[in-house]
Amino acid sequence: MATTTNSTPQPWSLRLRVEGLPVLVILALTLLAWYALAVYLNAPGAIERVLDPKGPWNWRDLVEATLAMQRPVLPAPHQVALDLYSSLFDWPLDSPRNLLFHVAVTGRSTLVGFAMGTLLGLVLSVCIVHSRTLDRALLPWIVASQSVPVLAIAPIVLVILGSMGFSGVAPKAVIAMYLCFFPVTVAMVQGLRSPQVIESEMMHTYAASRWQTLWLLRLPAALPFLFPALRVGIAAGLVGAMVAELPTGAQAGLGARLLTGSYYGQTVQIWSALVMSALLGLTLTGVMAGLEAMVLGKRRQA
Amino acid sequence: MNALPTTPSKLRWTVAMVLMGFVAAWALLNSPLADPQTPKAAAFWAATLGVAMLALTGIRRLAAMDGAALYATATAALFGLWLLYFWQLLGVALDVPRVLLPTPSLVGAAFSEHFSTLETDFVQTVVRAVALGWLLGSGLGFAVGIAIDRMPFLQRGLLPLASLTSTIPLVGVAPIAVMWFGFDWPSKAAVVVLMTFFPMLVSTLAGLKATDRLERELMHSYAAGYARTLWSLRLPAALPYLFSALKVNATLALIGAIVAEFFGSPTSGLGFRISTEATRMNMGLVWAAVAVAAVTGSAVYASLVALERRAAFWHPSIRGNK
Repeated sequence: MATTTNSTPQPWSLRLRVEGLPVLVILALTLLAWYALAVYLNAPGAIERVLDPKGPWNWRDLVEATLAMQRPVLPAPHQVALDLYSSLFDWPLDSPRNLLFHVAVTGRSTLVGFAMGTLLGLVLSVCIVHSRTLDRALLPWIVASQSVPVLAIAPIVLVILGSMGFSGVAPKAVIAMYLCFFPVTVAMVQGLRSPQVIESEMMHTYAASRWQTLWLLRLPAALPFLFPALRVGIAAGLVGAMVAELPTGAQAGLGARLLTGSYYGQTVQIWSALVMSALLGLTLTGVMAGLEAMVLGKRRQA
Repeated sequence: MNALPTTPSKLRWTVAMVLMGFVAAWALLNSPLADPQTPKAAAFWAATLGVAMLALTGIRRLAAMDGAALYATATAALFGLWLLYFWQLLGVALDVPRVLLPTPSLVGAAFSEHFSTLETDFVQTVVRAVALGWLLGSGLGFAVGIAIDRMPFLQRGLLPLASLTSTIPLVGVAPIAVMWFGFDWPSKAAVVVLMTFFPMLVSTLAGLKATDRLERELMHSYAAGYARTLWSLRLPAALPYLFSALKVNATLALIGAIVAEFFGSPTSGLGFRISTEATRMNMGLVWAAVAVAAVTGSAVYASLVALERRAAFWHPSIRGNK
């Protein structure tokens, strides 16, 4: 996010050197290590299947063979990149061969689940803040609910919703929602309670009703707590949406893509689905961070 | 609702209310009204509503109590108990198909019937994959964090990337881990190691920065060297960060191991049990396996919280919310 201009005391070239260079070096090292590991892991298979085990070949042949295998143990980065490129540009958008089609499927259930989870989290937190009974009786269970591996209940949710006639997006969105609502609830309970006593008392002297206090004081005060929770929540929702695609044996979605890849040993396909899901996760959290900067950035200037 | 000052008579009344609720609940569950054969008339709903009101009053009274921390725990426990009760009551009375939602008593029966199976699953998933992967991943994250403590270049390079991994669905590596490390528990442990490594690394780096200049200068004036400062000042100050990473990791580890079992496993393991029994519509056992996972997760979390209270009792974040 290059928002600094040349007039700031710290010029962008210095910032790039201090902050960008180490990251780039680490990334380059990772890439190198990946290539080395690919050669090492694929070598036995390559010698057995591509090169003649007895015949004459030198190191160059071996390296070339290991980096261009059909079903490598570890595909080389450029193989993954090529697969991604061809799936994105060689096929129409509505073809199951195009990864963007799967991104759309997973992204939709993530976003629906995220919206439902955020709404549920907001409602719950407002109720909890206003009711001592709920605070004491419900909040401990909400916290405990997250130490349950929620993904284990995915098959149950699918069965229940399936028998009620819901299929497609709804079950996956519900699982995404289960992962999303928790960070929002906990952060908002904290945020809604963050106003100082003196501020609450001032609202009281203005004879503000509960709703006015909530709307004018508590909610604005809670916003800085809300946005980090939204970032965490949407990333968790993506995990939920992907995992929810596994037990359904869904035909579409990034999780389903991982599953079919592992059935047929298509390692390149697995890796490109992984890279795509990482990109989707980064984009979704990036959008949330952008939203945060838009809403709260103004406040900081004021 | 304002908190009532707790007096012995208030306490007695509250206990009486709660007990009254229990008696009414027991009576309703065993009355012919709750029999699935009798048509559900207004009488059943009126009785259910009455019990619900009693339950609610008991919870409200208990929640309004001030004083011992025991009251808060008791409120949460009572609430959970009532939830289970209404699940059981409505499940039995309305004759909900057990495929859809088995009642708690059915889940309990499935648990005791398949106890040995679940025990094997528990050992396979929790004791081997989760515990080992969690220790290894958190340990590695901590070790790398300490190792690069004196290398700011590596820190500046690793920290942004490590923080970004929290936005990436790392469980996706499960199919690859299964291909590389086989169907048995090592592949699950590998997924867990990968998922727990980065949160620990990020927290360690943040925790080691948690001391302020004044404290470090004090150590310097004591002529304490790097190792001594690390051991006596910076690591203790990092404890809350380390514990929060351990807690996050405990949940992540269970998720990782269970999801990895979806991609292939030997014929045991909690994730395997859940996915196979769900396809066979044996929901009692599925819920029992989920309950095992849930209790494990909560127990680990609770013991970590207790451990943190003992280890970092002096820290403001713990002294604050006694």
